[in-house]
Amino acid sequence: MSGAAAENPSAAALRARFGAAAGRSAVVLGATVVTVERERAHEILAWLRDDPDQRYDYLVDVTAVEYRDRERPLELVWQLRSLPRGVMLRVKADLAKDRPLEVDSVVDLWRGADWLEREVWDMFGVRFRGHPDLRRILMWENYAEGHPLRKDFPLRGRFSRSEQVRRALGADLRAHYSMEELSIAEAYDALPADVRERLAAGEPGRD
Amino acid sequence: MELTGPLPPPSDEAERAGFLSPNWVTARLDDLVNWSRANSLWPMAFGTACCAIEFMATAASRFDLARFGMERVAYSPRQADVLICAGRLPFKLAPVIRRVWDQMPQPKWCISMGACASTGGIFDNYAMVQGIDTIVPVDVYVPGCPPRPEGLLYGILMLQKKIKRETVFDPDLRVERLADQEGLFLEPEAVDELSEPFGNSIHQTRSA
Repeated sequence: MSGAAAENPSAAALRARFGAAAGRSAVVLGATVVTVERERAHEILAWLRDDPDQRYDYLVDVTAVEYRDRERPLELVWQLRSLPRGVMLRVKADLAKDRPLEVDSVVDLWRGADWLEREVWDMFGVRFRGHPDLRRILMWENYAEGHPLRKDFPLRGRFSRSEQVRRALGADLRAHYSMEELSIAEAYDALPADVRERLAAGEPGRD
Repeated sequence: MELTGPLPPPSDEAERAGFLSPNWVTARLDDLVNWSRANSLWPMAFGTACCAIEFMATAASRFDLARFGMERVAYSPRQADVLICAGRLPFKLAPVIRRVWDQMPQPKWCISMGACASTGGIFDNYAMVQGIDTIVPVDVYVPGCPPRPEGLLYGILMLQKKIKRETVFDPDLRVERLADQEGLFLEPEAVDELSEPFGNSIHQTRSA
């Protein structure tokens, strides 16, 4: 790596293609960060995945940032990587707090976004429109204290300790670990064709 | 014992005294039963964190848990005598450890291994049980973060001592405490008191 990192050319390409909707970009510690409009995020991410010059085919992470300054919007972060080109790109969208925290889901673009978006919903309370199964993933099913990584969330939770214990003991054990969730059979139809072929030939893993 | 013991059933002292008062025969029988119980404790390892690594070291050849009659680590609660909770317990696992405890047959004991299992440790936050004694009754607390194998062995020897002082003629010792209507095993006030912040965590504000 050379000293001063150059901006990822994808940022300029985004500006040329989408104009102000992908206007802001910066290089932070060698990583290029593009801030996009929340309503066009899905369209922009789809273009980044499908454009033959971009080919960001791997969604590394979806997460969110809330700053200590209450006025600043909550930031949603998509960390992308192009496996064929070996390039990383970070895309951000500002979610203003005076509106419902909502953004389009990208599960239709990358299947791996499923659990990542569930985690962001669980921890930050961002709703992903079009997510097939948006429910908590880290906290338990009957958790009712809110979204723990928000700045206004008290460290020890909102309920008393006895109430927390009572609710925890009242949880349905099977709700956390359903066999359906752990089964590979359910995902069979979503697998790539060559993997389906191998599995259908009777390899272990498919019943 | 007051906090973790069973609810005292309305005991008829006269009837118990008539049943079997402590005498030379019961004392010898206790010795025999307790000797066999204390020296064949099968642990049910409930390892959730780094304490479980120390538990593994304790069970492996250098420290060799088998020297104390714990040859067989039962990974089924139905063949276990002592539940060793090694590591912090998140609320998500609270119903699991309670079910494991309920599935263990009497006589059974519980060792809380490490600071987190005993008090919540450094995890004084929204996700962590502040001491497993709010969920299951604990016999021996082993301090440490994590305790060294010697520490766990010392706790096990303490438990053996405790078992050797029990008597099979005390019906209260083996009473199962069931959940109340609220689903709790202790009074809510007791849970709150056990979970109170202490040490460094009293300086944490609730919302900072």
